[in-house]
Amino acid sequence: MKHSLTEQMIRTAAGLLEDNKTCFVGSGLPLAAASLAKKTHAPNLILVFEAGGFDPEFTRLPLSVGESITFYHATYAGGMDDIMGDAGKGMVDYGFLGGAQIDMYGNLNSTVIGDYFHPKARFPGSGGANDVGSLCFKTIAIMRHEKRRFLEHVDFITTPGYLDGPGGRERAGLPAPGGPWRVVTTLGMMGYDDETKRMELLGVYEGVTKDDVIKETGFELIIKAEPEILPAPTSEEIRIFREEIDPVGVISGKSKGKD
Amino acid sequence: MNELPQGDMELASRPLTAGEARTWFGKKSREQTDKRMTAKEAVEKFVHDGDYVGIGGFGHVRVPMALICEIVRRKKRNLRIAGHTACHDLDFLMAGGCVSHVDVAYSFGHELRPVRTRVGDRLIKAGKLSTQEWSNASFSWRYKAAAMGVSFIPVKVMLGTDTFKYSGAKTVRCPFTGEIYCALPALYPDVVLMHVPRADKYGNCQIEGISIADKDVARAGKRVIVSAEEIIDNSAIRENPHLTMIPYFCVDAVVHQPYGSHPCEMPGSYWFDEEVIAEYLKATQSEEDTAAYVKKYVYDVKDFNEYLQLVGGEEKMKRLERIERFEESPPYPW
Repeated sequence: MKHSLTEQMIRTAAGLLEDNKTCFVGSGLPLAAASLAKKTHAPNLILVFEAGGFDPEFTRLPLSVGESITFYHATYAGGMDDIMGDAGKGMVDYGFLGGAQIDMYGNLNSTVIGDYFHPKARFPGSGGANDVGSLCFKTIAIMRHEKRRFLEHVDFITTPGYLDGPGGRERAGLPAPGGPWRVVTTLGMMGYDDETKRMELLGVYEGVTKDDVIKETGFELIIKAEPEILPAPTSEEIRIFREEIDPVGVISGKSKGKD
Repeated sequence: MNELPQGDMELASRPLTAGEARTWFGKKSREQTDKRMTAKEAVEKFVHDGDYVGIGGFGHVRVPMALICEIVRRKKRNLRIAGHTACHDLDFLMAGGCVSHVDVAYSFGHELRPVRTRVGDRLIKAGKLSTQEWSNASFSWRYKAAAMGVSFIPVKVMLGTDTFKYSGAKTVRCPFTGEIYCALPALYPDVVLMHVPRADKYGNCQIEGISIADKDVARAGKRVIVSAEEIIDNSAIRENPHLTMIPYFCVDAVVHQPYGSHPCEMPGSYWFDEEVIAEYLKATQSEEDTAAYVKKYVYDVKDFNEYLQLVGGEEKMKRLERIERFEESPPYPW
């Protein structure tokens, strides 16, 4: 079955999530990825929502992160202070993030393009992203891979990655260990080099070359080896996504034109 | 980096000292009196130009839209808003010309809906709206500090980022461990607006499902207006005291307003009215259409019940209830 790019990204992100772990999700692509993981290799993955929902059973994709579906048949419906406290003391493993810009240390901008006081574009801001990026053990950013988004310096650090490099998080007082782990993009998947904390190319989708990635990245990516070709979604995974996760096309119909 | 960095911005809402908090809340009545009134009376009595406003609910969920429409109708001005994932609520207040400052965690967006509102953009570009940055958890914890009656709270978010730099937060060292913490100022809004499923006439409130930050928001507010889908008897409150999320002595006014979160969701009761939200988002693309929308749905109706009739009345509300109960598929009209 022919898959879309969105489906490839969802499959790649889903494959990162281990069973019996906790994962912060928002709405949209991350939730689709976490749902796919739950319906395939990670049935006991616990989905955690910042507004207080914990481990719900989904019937349809939520449009809002506090929507009743985020605590429908859940094991717990608490408050943001509970959930963020859990994350703070080290009980949330993964967190999904997104943004308009990312730099080589995984710092993310979802606040403004241009000067803060006279922005060229104003985005919604941190929301829970700064909290997720501060408190989760491993964060996964989902990004469109474009040169104008993968930058040497982002216009505004909304959410911490490794800040200015090795030891940056610790110097700022952020909890350790924790921080950026993977970046799933429209071209492939990146990780971070242990020593330098800089972004590293790990894999590409079928038909994408290393040079395609380099061309769309505004900083020097660490490339230690020929990137692996990431597995495409299977027919069964595509069926699950189209029929069970997003039957009305909330995600597949809207991944275009979204920041 | 300095040893102990601080945010560059001046606080939009200064924390009360513990003593000031005791003075204010010490004077709040403990008397169990009937606090029911109309939205108009509550807004006239408790919302003033220039107030710092905290809003219950989250995003498009359980937000006090009836109270917000009344504030727009009464033309309150220069309100400063806690944007603790404030979406349609904040946007509508801005569309009504009521807002001069937003403390942003998540604002100027409508979550997954693909049409971007232009209201905030226009105000920022025209220099009519000031902002500063926080995060969602920061707001929850700022409210928690206020609910505890202390002036700040140490947390492990915002550190090292521009979100911190463009806030009024500071850093401190733990006197016990020496670790660096972000120090958040307690947030005591001048007035809190909150919508709940059930309240009694004194203001004891039950909330279904996630509480978000509302237990603390209600305790942090200097004045608190609650609107409720249903007014229940005090004996029903007393039968299940563990369901009381907000006790009466936090609350100054109780407004009975069925469908008071429309067009936003009320968990367990009714779903988003996506058709109305889509119409609004389309209108926000131009200043003229925004003004026409506000005129049609606020100024030209006498109250929220008349507005509910205008957007489809009982038939529409029953449909939103069926969608919320998974008995009907939702529309995605954008």
